Amino acid sequence: MPTLETTFAGIRCINPFWLASAPPTNCGEQIMRAFDAGWGGAVWKTIGEQVTNVSSRYSSIDWAGQRMMGFNNIELISDRPTETNLREIAEVKRRYPKHVVIASLMVESKRETWHDIVQRAEDAGADGLELNFGCPHGMSERGMGSAVGQVPEYCQQITSWVKEKARTPVIVKLTPNISDIRMPARAAKRAGADAVSAINTINSITGIDLNTLEPRPKVDGKSSHGGYCGPAVKPIALNMVQQVNSDFVDGNPLPMSGIGGIGTWQDAAEFILLGAGTVQVCTAAMHYGYRIVEDMNDGLLEWMRQKGYETIEDFRGLSLPNMREWKSLNLNYRVVAEIHADKCIGCQLCYTACWDGAHQCIHLDRADGGSQAVVTGIDPRYSHHDPNPHGKPTPAMRFAESVKTISTTPIPKLDLDGAGNDSSLTPLHRIPRVDADECVGCNLCSLVCPVEDCITMERVENGLPPQTWEERVAAGAGPIVVGH
Amino acid sequence: MSQTNRFQEQSPASPEIVLRFPDLHPAFDKQAAVPEANRCLYCFDAPCMQACPTHIDVPKFIKKIASGNLMGSAKTILDANILGASCSRACPVQVLCEGACVMHRYNKQPIQIGRLQRYAMDALHASGAPLPFAPGEDSGASVALIGGGPASLSCAAELRRRGIRADIYDARPLPGGLNTYGIAEYKLTFEASLREIDMLAQLGVNFHFNTTIDAEKLEELEASHDAVFLGMGLGAIHRLGVAGEQMQGMTNALDFIAGYKSGSITAAPARVAVVGAGNTAIDAANAAVRLGATEVHMIYRRGPEQMSAFDFEYEHAKQEGVKFLFHVAPIGISGSEKVEGLELQKLEASADGSLVPLQGSNVRLPTDMIILAIGQSTHTDFLAAVEDRAEKVKLERGRIVIDRASGQTSNPKYFAGGDCTNGGREVVDAVADGKRAGVGIATWLEGENANA
Repeated sequence: MPTLETTFAGIRCINPFWLASAPPTNCGEQIMRAFDAGWGGAVWKTIGEQVTNVSSRYSSIDWAGQRMMGFNNIELISDRPTETNLREIAEVKRRYPKHVVIASLMVESKRETWHDIVQRAEDAGADGLELNFGCPHGMSERGMGSAVGQVPEYCQQITSWVKEKARTPVIVKLTPNISDIRMPARAAKRAGADAVSAINTINSITGIDLNTLEPRPKVDGKSSHGGYCGPAVKPIALNMVQQVNSDFVDGNPLPMSGIGGIGTWQDAAEFILLGAGTVQVCTAAMHYGYRIVEDMNDGLLEWMRQKGYETIEDFRGLSLPNMREWKSLNLNYRVVAEIHADKCIGCQLCYTACWDGAHQCIHLDRADGGSQAVVTGIDPRYSHHDPNPHGKPTPAMRFAESVKTISTTPIPKLDLDGAGNDSSLTPLHRIPRVDADECVGCNLCSLVCPVEDCITMERVENGLPPQTWEERVAAGAGPIVVGH
Repeated sequence: MSQTNRFQEQSPASPEIVLRFPDLHPAFDKQAAVPEANRCLYCFDAPCMQACPTHIDVPKFIKKIASGNLMGSAKTILDANILGASCSRACPVQVLCEGACVMHRYNKQPIQIGRLQRYAMDALHASGAPLPFAPGEDSGASVALIGGGPASLSCAAELRRRGIRADIYDARPLPGGLNTYGIAEYKLTFEASLREIDMLAQLGVNFHFNTTIDAEKLEELEASHDAVFLGMGLGAIHRLGVAGEQMQGMTNALDFIAGYKSGSITAAPARVAVVGAGNTAIDAANAAVRLGATEVHMIYRRGPEQMSAFDFEYEHAKQEGVKFLFHVAPIGISGSEKVEGLELQKLEASADGSLVPLQGSNVRLPTDMIILAIGQSTHTDFLAAVEDRAEKVKLERGRIVIDRASGQTSNPKYFAGGDCTNGGREVVDAVADGKRAGVGIATWLEGENANA
């Protein structure tokens, strides 16, 4: 049986699922309930000089009826007294010794102040420390959070102060609000950090109330840029996680705790495949509660069982070698879209997408002889035809024809061919056809198609050996011309 | 407001009828409408739009509901169908837009297009905003429209948007024809139909009520207008042709429905028999149930497979508690002054498919009321040839023959649409006919002017 037990930067973990430093880890009572629900660890809501928060604090982006596709906050670090937080850390560790408690720390940029807070957090029993160099709002105006994370020298300086004192592993949390996230990651490593975590939230304005013209979240008619997170940021986070974990400039990368839009076991698996050793979750727990971790544990274990992985380490980082620079991709690999007529429901989203958003190679001519079109196998990337070389009707022409037709309500029992009568079969004329000789293999049609496996991208041979752009340039060759 | 709501204010709005005929498909609220709108795939050249006789751009108006642009959504609907509010309630969407929805082949439940359309139209009406179209600049031309039903209303709107004067002549005291007087109240209320016509009237349509057009009057209108649109629908419901049809308790489905909708009928007797099995027959039977009848039978010569009602209407009637007597034909009415029963004879199919009476099978169905719903006759006598008068327009089995694309009849100055041309279809078909004819008339008038 596979196991989710793992070791991260020397810290034993019963599973890789940690709650990120955020409102779900505000106090001991919450964290103990989270551990009961199945979370393996929690990074305590950042401890530092006590703050006063504003009201309100959160805002979100809904998308197509789904709530909180993206989430934003302008909440500061913990607004509770440090002594209370530390007392509760001690209590949680006493009652949950096998669960991981990481103290997230943020204090003013003075060596003694950092030494003091490190000592107190470790004395309370924290298993490790996370340095919050990422918080993008409020605290950064006071010279903390991302104000530190955005300057590799500050990041290195403070990390080294912490390392002077720390006995437990030190994790540096990286801000994405920087042009190259590898720079602060290298700085952390130079300063002796034991691990990094990424990403913190992204600077954002989630939206504006179109009635009152106030940006959200509203604070007495005004707002302030906040930190963006939730499902919307996952692709950005994955990219940054990969960048840091593929960076060998200063030797092997540090262990990484992955953060950013994780809400399911699939999300977690993707972060781990790009090198993360644990993952941290916030928005999904804020949306649905701690209970979401049950499927994260269950689903990841089941996937590991199906794939034959015994431990997290068995698959950690396995996708990193598959991420390359563009110049190292095989230019001569070719795929062509194939529409499986038996699955097509006739929505024609692929048709309009291909015409307006891609390469005008999907047509509505199956009923007009299009099905008999002969595929010659030429690669349009090398033949460079003018758009629409066969003079097929444009979407506007199709639409204009359609509105001219005269439709009537079918009379029951008489009009068997009424438009709405047999909906179980897609009429042939509604099933689009791909001109395989014009398809560049961009994927767009298969992405917009609502039906699973209805449009597949099929590999076709073009008779050319694999060649990357780098190889082509090195060979001194210009663009290859194939066909006519 | 009295001017803008002048028709709606004349609605009887009986609280009893409101109570007995609640919405069959209740209105969406925002929490239901927006997720439903978001479910729409936004098909290209959508099958729902193709299936709609008026070609409402359904994905376009649905996406506007999703984005919160309800006024734009209503305008999209009205641009294609000036009676978009009535149609959203009265259309048999199962065999039109919703029947064509690709969702049948996806996750099976079609988008609830009718209810979404009503949501957008209700929002426009609730806003108090005027119709989002203005009449065109006066062209000097004028058209007489015979009948004030959906075909004429739709035609008139097209004409007004092109600056052509529109004079509607209707035999009833209020406009809308069957849209106002003939649609089951739980689908489209009398009041909702009038409210929509109040909106349409903002385009400057002239209504002439309580006016019956005969051959003589038609000559006058032809002489005083540049074109004539014939949209008078069908005529009276056929009679059974048996003795006793004058007795008290005998009625027909159209009179019965118009009666309860306009407030003159408020109750049905305990036992009602409806003869016929079309959609109108079902509307009458369901109405009888809701008006208090405890035993409602439908009498049909053939079986359920041959019924001309839509399947969903048959199912609905069964749910209302209507009982069906198949393979029987009425052969007589019993009673003295008042209907007491309907004499029925069983029928069976012969080898050639025709129905033959089964001898000795007569039964008597005790009943207090008989509602006939066995099809309507045509109402085109005033157009037909008589001794000293030539045929005004070409007729075929009493129906006016038109060019489907333009609505033009054999007489170039005459256009027609709706039930008087198609033998009786849906409101939306009449609206589509009227729209095409409106465009057809304007195009023809332009040609006439160019030649003049």
